[in-house]
Amino acid sequence: MADGIKDKVAIIGMGCTQFGELWDKSPEDLMIDAFKEVIQDAGIEKKDIQAAWQGGPEFNPGSVGDSALPLSQTLKLPFIPVTKVENMCASGTEAFRGACYAVASGSCDIAMALGMEKLKDTGYGGLPEFSHWSTIGTKHRIIGANQTAPGMYAMLATRYFARYGISPEEGKRMLATVSAKSHRNGALNPKAHLRREVTVEQIVNAPIVAWPLGLFDCCGVSDGAAAAIVCRADMAKKFRPDPIYVKALQIAGSSGEEEMYTEYDYTHVESTARAAERAYKEAGIKNPRDEISMAEVHDCFSITEAVTMEDLQFSPRGKMKDDIMAGRFNLDGAQPIQPDGGLKCFGHPIAASGIRMLYEMYKQLQGKADKRQLKNPKYGLTHNLGGIPYRAVVSVTIVGH
Amino acid sequence: MVGITSYGAYIPLQRINRKVIFNATGWSTAAVSMPGEKAVANYDEDSLTMAVAAAIDCLDKLEREKVDCLYFATTTPPYRERQNAGIIATALDLRPDIRTSDFSDSLKAGTGAFLAACDAVKAGADKHVLVCASDCRLGKAGSLLEMTFGEGSAALLIGNTDVIATLEGSYSLTYDFMDQWRADGEKFNRIWEDRWVRDEAYTRFIPQAIAGLLKKYKLNLQDFSKVVFPCIYLREHAAIARTLKLDEKQLQKEMLTTVGDTGTAHALMMLVAALEDAKPGDKILVASYGSGSDALFFHVTENIEKARNRKGIKKHLASRKDLTNYEKFSSFRDIIPMEVGFRGEVGGTRVSMAWRERKSILGLNGAKCKRCGTPQYPYQRVCVNPHCGAIDEMEYYRFSDKKGKLFSYTSDSLAFSASPPEMYGVVQFDGGGRFAFNLTDCEPEALKVDLPVEMTFRKKYVDYMRGIHGYFWKAMPPRT
Repeated sequence: MADGIKDKVAIIGMGCTQFGELWDKSPEDLMIDAFKEVIQDAGIEKKDIQAAWQGGPEFNPGSVGDSALPLSQTLKLPFIPVTKVENMCASGTEAFRGACYAVASGSCDIAMALGMEKLKDTGYGGLPEFSHWSTIGTKHRIIGANQTAPGMYAMLATRYFARYGISPEEGKRMLATVSAKSHRNGALNPKAHLRREVTVEQIVNAPIVAWPLGLFDCCGVSDGAAAAIVCRADMAKKFRPDPIYVKALQIAGSSGEEEMYTEYDYTHVESTARAAERAYKEAGIKNPRDEISMAEVHDCFSITEAVTMEDLQFSPRGKMKDDIMAGRFNLDGAQPIQPDGGLKCFGHPIAASGIRMLYEMYKQLQGKADKRQLKNPKYGLTHNLGGIPYRAVVSVTIVGH
Repeated sequence: MVGITSYGAYIPLQRINRKVIFNATGWSTAAVSMPGEKAVANYDEDSLTMAVAAAIDCLDKLEREKVDCLYFATTTPPYRERQNAGIIATALDLRPDIRTSDFSDSLKAGTGAFLAACDAVKAGADKHVLVCASDCRLGKAGSLLEMTFGEGSAALLIGNTDVIATLEGSYSLTYDFMDQWRADGEKFNRIWEDRWVRDEAYTRFIPQAIAGLLKKYKLNLQDFSKVVFPCIYLREHAAIARTLKLDEKQLQKEMLTTVGDTGTAHALMMLVAALEDAKPGDKILVASYGSGSDALFFHVTENIEKARNRKGIKKHLASRKDLTNYEKFSSFRDIIPMEVGFRGEVGGTRVSMAWRERKSILGLNGAKCKRCGTPQYPYQRVCVNPHCGAIDEMEYYRFSDKKGKLFSYTSDSLAFSASPPEMYGVVQFDGGGRFAFNLTDCEPEALKVDLPVEMTFRKKYVDYMRGIHGYFWKAMPPRT
């Protein structure tokens, strides 16, 4: 029986660029900026990196081109193995997973993962039209509903409200509470794109994008890059006194039954539930509601974060509203979610987001999160959700001391 | 005897009052004014999709496998090369080993296709011929034609068993009469002076065709319970009836003030309306209009009573929604080119893929697992039921005629739509199967979980890059 990744790999360095509408930064600039920080943080030299994974970009038109050559060419990596991975919004974490597995397998001692996305050269507000996105496939461009990301997730909200008897007004208030919390956290983070507090009233009254989701229920759209350097756990202390250890790395992809079979309830994301179950087992966590100190989850939309609380077992089924309204997930709550401001305030440069989330968990665990610092966090969890709720690839990562 | 074995019709949901048009364009052409309203095809409809809708109404619960020939009549085919009847046949999931043909270029093409169908059955070449007629003609902004043209379709099934109205005879007239025309590559119709059209064409051709028919078959007009002929001049419609000495009950009402002039479908839609009221033993005379006239003479049989449950003209007429915005009406046919943004720029349709997947895409066929019975869309080779997982044990399963309920939904202002917000939802089909479809012909406010829906064939996108109309199916609340 496989014994999993727990405590086999350590993070010894991380880097994260400023996120935002970086009109004056090329995708190559973003990679270099993340690389400069990660290499300095790890205290190693470029020649020490034995393999590298490039996450994304997902939306390549107008970006760097295919394969991992943009990474090796831009950073002038000296003929080491380089691999591009893409798994929609989980691409950053997928790159991290590749690096961790390489180290754990013994094929190298030190590996790097870098996720990057330059959305603001696509010419779109919001994510670009999905018909240009190869992951939907040529057939689905014709037969798939003409959906945008907010609409795909709005359908979670309409069904959730109907199932649990939540009125549209109550529901919108609950969702607004989720976004207001993230805006408060993001305002404390110099690397965030959106750094302004927003009130529940402002959120509820904002223009509707896809019913019932309004403007502030949607995350920002930005450019950014983030990177991590990992090594064998037993050599981590050679590089720094406070390495962070990988406890679980799980990915789950939809089987198609949520989309085409009739059992899926459309009030949760099955891939999240499955990935989380396996991650807790891998990390040896019995009670996630009490044991996971903090999490960065995939809040592409407020409703996504809300249902994720149930899928990650932070709230019992049908009860996330009570926890949200009681402030459980606030920075000063029992289980802070999105301490860095989340996708809500960082925006979502697709393939950068996963490693950006890890960056916050890493800093929090090292006690370096400045005004957002939580008290003695033990386990941090990150969660990425790519695709449509019924057609999703989800990663769940757990890190700790 | 050969004749009509089933009938159906389609009138789009939206109607524009001609006052709305006049209020927008009357400053330019004050003399152009007409009473009533006209039917307007939605932004995602065209002559082809409306033909499919009428055909579905006509085929009702009849076995589609039996249809061995399909004719489509229109002057507004979406394609000049690519058989439009072939698209309709694929959408209707008809057998591939059938004859199909497009009839075009004249308003008489509707009755022309019908007569050809009857001849084919009479000759023993085909047993069940489906004839669809549909039009979406355009007049320039401020023109009389913009006022006159309406949009709609009719479908008739022709055969020689279980006939509801036998075709007893016909008489045709052909004149190269240039009342309206549209040369190749032109978008809008042109018309010669309309007093000339009224006096030289309608008031002469229709009585001539009727007289020819009566003489040929030694009939007396008084023996007919209904006389059906279109005329885009309402006063002249009544005047022709007076000339023919028809009493009020005999005259089939013009649809000009409710639907408009629907071109090739016009006379056939009026015939469908007549059939809806017909009793066994009734005699019906139809005279179409366009490049002369085709006069047809029908005898209604007792089978008419078995063909009552169509939406036809009456139910489609009653199910209506006002379109109060002239600019929206104009933008639907690109008379006012609206900004579509990057999201409206759809391109690069893969034609070879669309061909390979035609049963799934145009025909809306999914699969049904022979082992566990699970219906699934699109067609899967590996069963989606997690408790089954059979591989290659599937048979085709048609979803286009299944009803369902909205499992979840949204109305999306970010997605491109020619009539925003774009609406879509997850449809849970009665009998199993689930998929996300766009929604049409409904208001965002009316959407709710468990809303009953049915499927409708629509134009989902236009690929301007490759000149392709992207047809697919959407869900809509049933027209009641």
